[in-house]
Amino acid sequence: MTTQPTADAGMDADGATDTDAVVESGGTAVGRRIVLGVAALGVAGILTGRTLQDRLASVMAPIQNADPTGLTSLIPLGNTFRYYSVTGSVPRPTAENYRLTIGGLVADTKSYTLADLQAMPQTVLVRDFQCVTGWRVPQVHWSGVRLVDVLDAAQATSAATAVRFLSFDGTYTESLTLEQARRSDVLIALQMLGKPVSHDHGGPVRMYVAPMYGYKSTKWLSAIQLTAEVVPGYWETTGDYSIDGFIGASNGRDDDPVG
Amino acid sequence: MTQSVEGSSSADRLVRFSTAERMIHRSIAVLMLTCMATAAVLYNAPIAVSIGHRRIVKLIHITCGFALPVPILLGAVFATYRADLRRLNRFRRSDWTWLRSGNRRDGSIRVGKFNAGQKLNAALSTGAMLVLLGTGTLMYFPNISRLSWRTGSTFVHDWFALAIGLLVIGHVRFAVKDPESRVGMKTGSVSAAWAHKQHGAWAAEQESSA
Repeated sequence: MTTQPTADAGMDADGATDTDAVVESGGTAVGRRIVLGVAALGVAGILTGRTLQDRLASVMAPIQNADPTGLTSLIPLGNTFRYYSVTGSVPRPTAENYRLTIGGLVADTKSYTLADLQAMPQTVLVRDFQCVTGWRVPQVHWSGVRLVDVLDAAQATSAATAVRFLSFDGTYTESLTLEQARRSDVLIALQMLGKPVSHDHGGPVRMYVAPMYGYKSTKWLSAIQLTAEVVPGYWETTGDYSIDGFIGASNGRDDDPVG
Repeated sequence: MTQSVEGSSSADRLVRFSTAERMIHRSIAVLMLTCMATAAVLYNAPIAVSIGHRRIVKLIHITCGFALPVPILLGAVFATYRADLRRLNRFRRSDWTWLRSGNRRDGSIRVGKFNAGQKLNAALSTGAMLVLLGTGTLMYFPNISRLSWRTGSTFVHDWFALAIGLLVIGHVRFAVKDPESRVGMKTGSVSAAWAHKQHGAWAAEQESSA
């Protein structure tokens, strides 16, 4: 078999001809330039991404958060809800069999059905939702029972200094000091985004701790316990996140506070 | 494996990839697909909620991500791998012609060991992997950079993940459409007939040096 000249034999800019050595080394090092160019694009993105993302998100967030199909969430545009679950499948209680129990260091242990909670005075808050990993959903509509109302009804004993939240996912826990828990912007949320809290968002009942990062707002809430001291929560025992999770004043972040 | 030199093949088979290259390719494929699958769980709402176990999924994603450069760096030990990297790096005038041509698949433009599309894919994938590794490192070690860079890294990681996902899907799609190319990566050799049609210049080069 004789070697046929290739289509570009002798025509390369650098005068390459069709020999083995030329096939190895002829032409120009475009591959390396592309690799370096892509890397440079990445570096530029790291430096400017925050601004870019804010601009894109302000355009896209209203569209994405209203998209019932969730298809637009496939485009990574930042400021939409991302869904975190730390266990396998999470139970789906019905309106009939859901219970929220209040126990621990209290004078009067309580158990609420969904209807009980719905019958109590509801507080509405419209606040941004800020995740410690960076995303922030603007102006989320929340509604529910103030935690302080439930705590007052159960009457914490004098030994109680903290409130612990348990999830019916069986794994997740969180805590607040009693002082934090008594704030008027801490809700047992029954509604979110103008409708009952969906399963994926932690429904039927979840916490909403407005001044703190999202991990402090326990999803799939099943029990509230008064404790003698703060018990570090799921992401806090691993050392990932701060126990006091105030937005803009913890976790090494400087986000604008929510208020 | 006694065939160590390219071209020392039987009459109708041409050696295309060494054992080392095929092992490296397989390692990268497993790590990359694991990264993509775990990324889907971490990013996509319905999958995230149905699979859950976020901490374990995150650990697998990060482990595979940091492991991805290992087989690539190991490749540098092997001459066959280095030789193919050189071939992928060099673009000749015929490569640009091939990219612009409407009949690039009919073999009339004689292609070397890798066509221009494969070269582009290799370069873009390598660049994207570097960026994903760098941004992943900044996100995983929050103390080594400032917050705005971490936010930027998250933004870049999201988009580059999408891009590399499309590159991998494209790569697999071309492989699915061309069974003999898969035989080449599976067994190390390809039929001379396929080589002459798809990689004419390379086939000629192999046979002349045999």
